[in-house]
Amino acid sequence: MAATRPIRLFRNLTAKIAAIPMILTALVVFVGGTAWTVTYSFTSSKLLPRTKFVGLDQYERLWATPRWLVSIENLLIYGVCMMVLSLVLGFLLAALLDQKIRYENTFRTILLYPFALSFIVTGLVWQWLLNPDFGIQSVIHRLGWESFDFNPLYNADIVIFGVLIAGLWQGSGLVMCLMLAGLRGIDQEIWKASRVDGIPAWKTYIFIIIPMMRPVFITTLVIIASGIVRLYDLIVAQTGGGPGIASDVPAKYVYDYMFQGQNLGQGFAASTMMLLAVLVVVIPWAYLEFGGKKRV
Amino acid sequence: MSDPASLSATVAGADAMAPALSGPRGPKPRRRFSRRNVFIYGTLIVVALYYLLPLYVMIVTSLKGMPEIRLGNIFAPPVEITFQPWVKAWAEACTGLNCDGLSRGFWNSVRITVPSVILSIAIASVNGYALANWRFKGADMFFTILIFGAFIPYQVMLYPLVILLREMGIYGTLTGLVLVHSIFGMPILTLLFRNYFTSLPEELFKAARVDGAGFWQIYLQIMLPMSLPIFVVAMILQVTGIWNDFLFGVVYTKPDLYPMTVQLNNIVNSVQGVKEYNVNMAATLLTGLVPLVIYFVSGKLFVRGIAAGAVKG
Repeated sequence: MAATRPIRLFRNLTAKIAAIPMILTALVVFVGGTAWTVTYSFTSSKLLPRTKFVGLDQYERLWATPRWLVSIENLLIYGVCMMVLSLVLGFLLAALLDQKIRYENTFRTILLYPFALSFIVTGLVWQWLLNPDFGIQSVIHRLGWESFDFNPLYNADIVIFGVLIAGLWQGSGLVMCLMLAGLRGIDQEIWKASRVDGIPAWKTYIFIIIPMMRPVFITTLVIIASGIVRLYDLIVAQTGGGPGIASDVPAKYVYDYMFQGQNLGQGFAASTMMLLAVLVVVIPWAYLEFGGKKRV
Repeated sequence: MSDPASLSATVAGADAMAPALSGPRGPKPRRRFSRRNVFIYGTLIVVALYYLLPLYVMIVTSLKGMPEIRLGNIFAPPVEITFQPWVKAWAEACTGLNCDGLSRGFWNSVRITVPSVILSIAIASVNGYALANWRFKGADMFFTILIFGAFIPYQVMLYPLVILLREMGIYGTLTGLVLVHSIFGMPILTLLFRNYFTSLPEELFKAARVDGAGFWQIYLQIMLPMSLPIFVVAMILQVTGIWNDFLFGVVYTKPDLYPMTVQLNNIVNSVQGVKEYNVNMAATLLTGLVPLVIYFVSGKLFVRGIAAGAVKG
């Protein structure tokens, strides 16, 4: 490409000018903003950012704060459950939809519509459904099963699973769609071959199709994971972090310290930890995806 | 109390819903009514009902009066349909001192979404076009940074942007929020447009260049008319994304400029006053209505948008 069109400085000048917003965003906001936050996470900023460096003090305090530990634990539980369940659920639903069924579009539309809704709407609906006095629990009580106890939103031990139900409802349709696209990408000859060899369908899925879909699985996992780290709106709407701090997550911790607790240093340190967590996921993936070969 | 009555009402409601959800059931004409088909359709119908349940509950709750909610079952259809909750949610519900309902948030959201969508798509389509057809030195590097930027948690960049906007004098204004949406929409949209423009035949571009067309001329007269579908996809992606945003709205605007999602959350989760669940659900539905309508109208294009945005083409 570059070889056929010799590059001179002004030749592409208009293109360069047109790309200024992109260049500014990349350099100023993404690189500059990140560097700024990381740098200031080593300062003792309180109400306003200050350049008094205190080394790793903020991080030591962060990891000594129970609220942060709770939010990390919640994120881990939610994250692992969300990844496993939404992958399993998404794949099973996609496999069902891939059986050349009728009304496939109708089913797909129904399974995907929650994804169009915001986390705020999702959280509020499930808050209502899980309401102990009027929601699912009370309906089951009225049906006669008096001892039925499912009240996640007011029970600190299981509140994160109440959020998980809502998260799965909202997000599993997307996974199903991605998986369905992956299944459609599989050569039909493979199915024919496995049928000729008399291999049962479930074995074909587990030993042939799923290994073939590895790139789809990895991409989907990265998408789910980057969504999980951002988990914020859903918590705010559904539980407000409560009861107490039982359903806190890192993103909420950051927001509260930065914009309400007037403790910027803590907010910066916590957000840097979030960045670190994302890098641990994204860098190996980017290495696998783009490393070695030239970009496509 | 009225258990049997409400129960049979539930069943009637479910029956009324069934045809709309599943359509004619059963096997394809040429296939026998096999156990396999029963299993597949059975599972799918159960799952579909589960996914539809929250929407159904939202609708019926928003049409009931409070006494009926206190006594009845959330799954029961309303005995006496009332639109009062909708009116109240739209025009009277209170957040803090304002009692003009969600309508304020709705119009704020419109005033945020429309310019954000136009600006972000305009910028990203030009970016994508420059990246696909006018590769200049360093373009790939900026693009890589941009894509990596899509994975950086927003929390990392929240505060630097606050400072930046404050320096520019637009912190707390709609202009500032529009700018923020354009910035954070850029990675995914640029990717979308770059991939699309790369897939167009390069001969078109070369022929136009031979004929002496410049950067903007080729963009406006050749690329734009050819890429209407991708613009629609980008619009769907952005309208739903920006409408559903909560974090940026709450960080970068002031209370009387809060978008609908923020105002909705403030109305429903406010601590003072008696909880009016029917008004809450009507407000929730109102907020979800815009993306839902877009979703149901656009159908395949929506799927294409998220697939294009999610899986790199």
